[in-house]
Amino acid sequence: MSEGRLRKLIVGDAQADRVVPPSGFTAQLTLFVSGAMAFLAVFALALSLASGRLANRWADELARAATLRINAPAEQRLAQTEAALTILQQTPGVASARALSTEEQVALLAPWFGSGLPIDSLPVPQLIEVIEGDPGYDGTGLRLRLQAEVPGAVLDDHTRWRAPLVDAARALRRLGAVSILLIAGATAAMITLAANAALAANAQVIEVLRLVGALDSYIAHAFIRRFTLRALGGSAVGVALGMVGVWLMPAASNEGGFLTGLGFQGWAWLLPLLIPVLGALVAFAATSRAAKKRLGDLT
Amino acid sequence: MIELENVGYNYGGGELLSQVSVKLAPGSFHFLTGPSGSGKTTLMKLCYGALSPTSGRVRAMNMDVQGLDRDQMAHLRRRVGVVHQDCRFLDHLPVIENIALPLIVAGKDLSLEEANLRELLNWVGLSQRADAMPPELSGGERQRAALARSVILSPDVIIADEPTGNVDWEMSQRLLQLLVELNRMGKTILVATHDMALIRAAKKQVQARVLRISSKQLQQAGADL
Repeated sequence: MSEGRLRKLIVGDAQADRVVPPSGFTAQLTLFVSGAMAFLAVFALALSLASGRLANRWADELARAATLRINAPAEQRLAQTEAALTILQQTPGVASARALSTEEQVALLAPWFGSGLPIDSLPVPQLIEVIEGDPGYDGTGLRLRLQAEVPGAVLDDHTRWRAPLVDAARALRRLGAVSILLIAGATAAMITLAANAALAANAQVIEVLRLVGALDSYIAHAFIRRFTLRALGGSAVGVALGMVGVWLMPAASNEGGFLTGLGFQGWAWLLPLLIPVLGALVAFAATSRAAKKRLGDLT
Repeated sequence: MIELENVGYNYGGGELLSQVSVKLAPGSFHFLTGPSGSGKTTLMKLCYGALSPTSGRVRAMNMDVQGLDRDQMAHLRRRVGVVHQDCRFLDHLPVIENIALPLIVAGKDLSLEEANLRELLNWVGLSQRADAMPPELSGGERQRAALARSVILSPDVIIADEPTGNVDWEMSQRLLQLLVELNRMGKTILVATHDMALIRAAKKQVQARVLRISSKQLQQAGADL
């Protein structure tokens, strides 16, 4: 498309706009559906981004962290913890190792047993948080040494439950992306239907325009411009409402876990602003195609 | 200007026109006559490319009409002014914009054509009705508006299909006068009509030839009508 034609499409041609009669009701429907689709797209985008973030964070944190559990009778627990910490400090590849305090362990159990748990009276194992350095430690060697010197110690490097969690988060991100594509496709289908209806309703007008020497491109532009602007306007409103909705969600917190992290962070707040532009592009392409096909069928 | 060479047209049900050959020379004035349903409108549509002949060739402005693509056809329509039998207006636009429609779709700047447009409205006697909507016009006003629209791009050929079909005698005379004036300005005119009185009236003013469609053929009618 030449620059002149593009400008004409955006700025418009007041005379050309009047040539096709205004269509009140269908115009409202197009606006509404583009708005609704854009609104949904904002949430799909938020979901996709949040689960992507989550997948990366889990993969990252869990990969670097491991837990050492000391299962020992109460009287030996302290000694074994000391021994394990000494071993860990000597192991190359362990960046840091720290025994969790009683308060921290109570906090970890609180979601399951409630607060005010008399932890001292329970045979709760002592937990040691191990942060892996770069390069990492040799897991098998560490296990063997712990087995020999601290019989009650079990090293859990989280691989068992990390993988499915990360997989789930990634699948969620994929679903979000597929939803966005589906929304774009549904918008294209809807605009195509609306454009076809408008072209059919204005068959007489199109015929008269052809008779007085209008080029197909001129007629097509009158329709393309309308639908592109409607999609742009409708989706701008939809995105604005969607962003307010996301913004009103509670901020990410440890208590809320995954759900409260559903939102945009930093520059990602700019991403939804692309939705109206994409919506307009989809409408442009759909109407162009519909108009080209329709006009080609006419004599 | 427009040349038909052994043109035949078949509607599917049967042949409507066959072996039609005619040449509209620049500056000529032709009437096309014949009974209803004999194919006058079809012949006119063949002339401006709204229909393609099933056999033979149609040339307009030295171009083979069948060989034109859609954009070339649109450009041809700008060079041939057509007054349709049913006028074909856009009912949501006032008369003045309907008359200016060929200018609008050609992308011309209307503000530059304002004076021409006013003059043209004056010429067809519709200055007072410029802002009326097409459905509000009388039959004669519609025909004059259609004629004004057909000449706004200053075409070399004007084709009018039954322009006096729905108007009284006085108004037909007025329309004829406009067509005669156009012819005197050098335009090629083709008018379909079954109104013999109109043809006789025209013959007093211009050298008009009469073409008659009869049994699928086109014949040059005699001078005495």
